[in-house]
Amino acid sequence: MEDPTIGTFIAVFEEMFGGALFWGMVVLALLITAAYLYVLIRDRAVSWRKFLWAQLAMPIGAIAAVWFVLAITKSRLADIGGPIDLIIVLGIAALGAVGAAILVYTVQSLIKGKQTAE
Amino acid sequence: MTNQPDFDTRRRLLGLMAAGGAIAALPQGEPAAAQTTQTSARIVILGAGAAGTALANRLSNRLEGAEITIVDPRVRHLYQPGFTLIAAGLRPANYSVSTTAEWLPSGINWIEGSATSIDPEAQRVTTSTGDTLDYDYLVVATGLELHYEGIEGMSRDLIGQNGIGSVYAGPEEAEITWGLMDQFTDEGGAGLFTRPNTGMKCAGAPLKYTFLTDDYARRKGTRGQTEIIYCAHSGSLFGVPIVNEKVRMLYEDRGFETRYNRVMTAIDPSRKVATFSTENGGSEEIAFDFTNVIPPMRAPQVVRDSGLSWQTGASGEQGWIEVDQYTLRHARYDTVFAAGDVAGVPKGKTAASAKWQVPVVEDQLVAQIAGDTTDHIYNGYTSCPLITRVGRAMLIEFDYNNNLVPSFPGLIAPLEELWVSWLIKEIGLKATYNAMLRGRA
Ligand SMILES: Cc1cc2nc3c(=O)[nH]c(=O)nc-3n(C[C@H](O)[C@H](O)[C@H](O)COP(=O)(O)OP(=O)(O)OC[C@H]3O[C@@H](n4cnc5c(N)ncnc54)[C@H](O)[C@@H]3O)c2cc1C
Repeated sequence: MEDPTIGTFIAVFEEMFGGALFWGMVVLALLITAAYLYVLIRDRAVSWRKFLWAQLAMPIGAIAAVWFVLAITKSRLADIGGPIDLIIVLGIAALGAVGAAILVYTVQSLIKGKQTAE
Repeated sequence: MTNQPDFDTRRRLLGLMAAGGAIAALPQGEPAAAQTTQTSARIVILGAGAAGTALANRLSNRLEGAEITIVDPRVRHLYQPGFTLIAAGLRPANYSVSTTAEWLPSGINWIEGSATSIDPEAQRVTTSTGDTLDYDYLVVATGLELHYEGIEGMSRDLIGQNGIGSVYAGPEEAEITWGLMDQFTDEGGAGLFTRPNTGMKCAGAPLKYTFLTDDYARRKGTRGQTEIIYCAHSGSLFGVPIVNEKVRMLYEDRGFETRYNRVMTAIDPSRKVATFSTENGGSEEIAFDFTNVIPPMRAPQVVRDSGLSWQTGASGEQGWIEVDQYTLRHARYDTVFAAGDVAGVPKGKTAASAKWQVPVVEDQLVAQIAGDTTDHIYNGYTSCPLITRVGRAMLIEFDYNNNLVPSFPGLIAPLEELWVSWLIKEIGLKATYNAMLRGRA
């Protein structure tokens, strides 16, 4: 047996979501990340005002991510049965929160352009 | 000696994958051993199911010049662990269906017929297509036969009528069974669940389906007018004592009525009554509104007639092949191996076991061809994500010694009902199974 490869994870995730949905999500995530990096480089500073809005989006992102995973796995929150389950749910929520924050921050930056007034 | 990682690492890794812990680790890409062996050996594999297909892929990567022939009449490949999800209304019937052809490697010969005789003395197999195959090495991977007629009054075509379901029969029958279970849990009544007293594939499956039926009745609010009776073939619910105790506790918690030492011997569809043998030679009738019939199982006819089976005991009667439980090489014919459900070993009739057995057969066979030996052996690894309701399961893994061999010790508790274990069964298992078929896991 050898070490798992990237191909391994791709195969498993394709199986989970279906190929189209999985690759669609990958492309979307890459685009948002690229846009985020773009505005950071363009503005050469973090705008704290935009960051505040981004923070407000975090709980929504967290809830949406957990809801999504529960829906595709036909589960409910009541199925959480032990510490490891809780850790996984919190991990998913954290990912959703960070993702939402980056998304909101990027969208604001792209729409409003560079802002100087803090 | 073939190069082997130390046993413990291998066990952990394999366990991880076999359990469907594909999310954490699942090797892909190159097959296990990169070196190829030159040979002109004629290798015949009987059966292109989980074990046969995986082995064909691995051997064709491993051997150069070998003449590999696989024999199987079945055009459809069936992912059988999916039957439980189909019968729970969570997947359509086609979830389990693919084609045999798509998984087979190029460069081997597929005979689309069944083996009709095996002569291990002459090293020859004949097939329903009229072919005669002389072999140097034979691997029997025919799986097992569902012997519905072993229950008086029962046959496959009764499935779907009079409350008679059967998750095991196939993907379409599993879907029909879901229809019956759905209706039953709408209305309530007596649900009757059993298992045969023969060796059987996935001994956890009868338990899972009992739990799932209970879960649906609870969700629909009909559990109050529903009776769930489970007839155990022996004095316990599961062959591994520590697991049995846990299942017994859960059965009590769920309010199932467990009757021990009851084996279904007859069924009367029109009266909706099944007859069971009891411990002291007696019999008992139990009425049902819904039942999941799990028939006695045995080796296919061609195997039972071949002289390869155990010659005494229950394994002899049921026809399982007499192999060394560690090397999977036949006890009397050293050019014959068995892999998968048909192997006469004390544990291991699951796809997860096949995943562990196949690399052992591969290494043993390749070493033998090279005039060498290997200490790569099968330890009885068997795994069963035991669903206890929609959304929860227990990731049970054990070996010949009835020891639990968890893939994620300290992380995923084997005897706890967990969501993560459900995720593994629901979404990780099929990907892992498919990777196994390709010889990549
Ligand atoms: C309802 C259900 C639930 C299950 N759940 C799980 C689970 O959760 N986890 C798990 O690991 N396992 C599970 N299993 C068990 C798993 O599916 C089997 O253990 C596995 O498929 C065995 O592989 P095999 O290659 O031995 O047999 P099979 O996959 O059954 O393949 C045998 C092949 O041999 C062919 N064949 C038969 N007779 C002949 C002949 N005379 N000549 C040529 N070919 C022949 C057949 O056509 C077939 O294609 C479950 C099984 C069922 C039915």
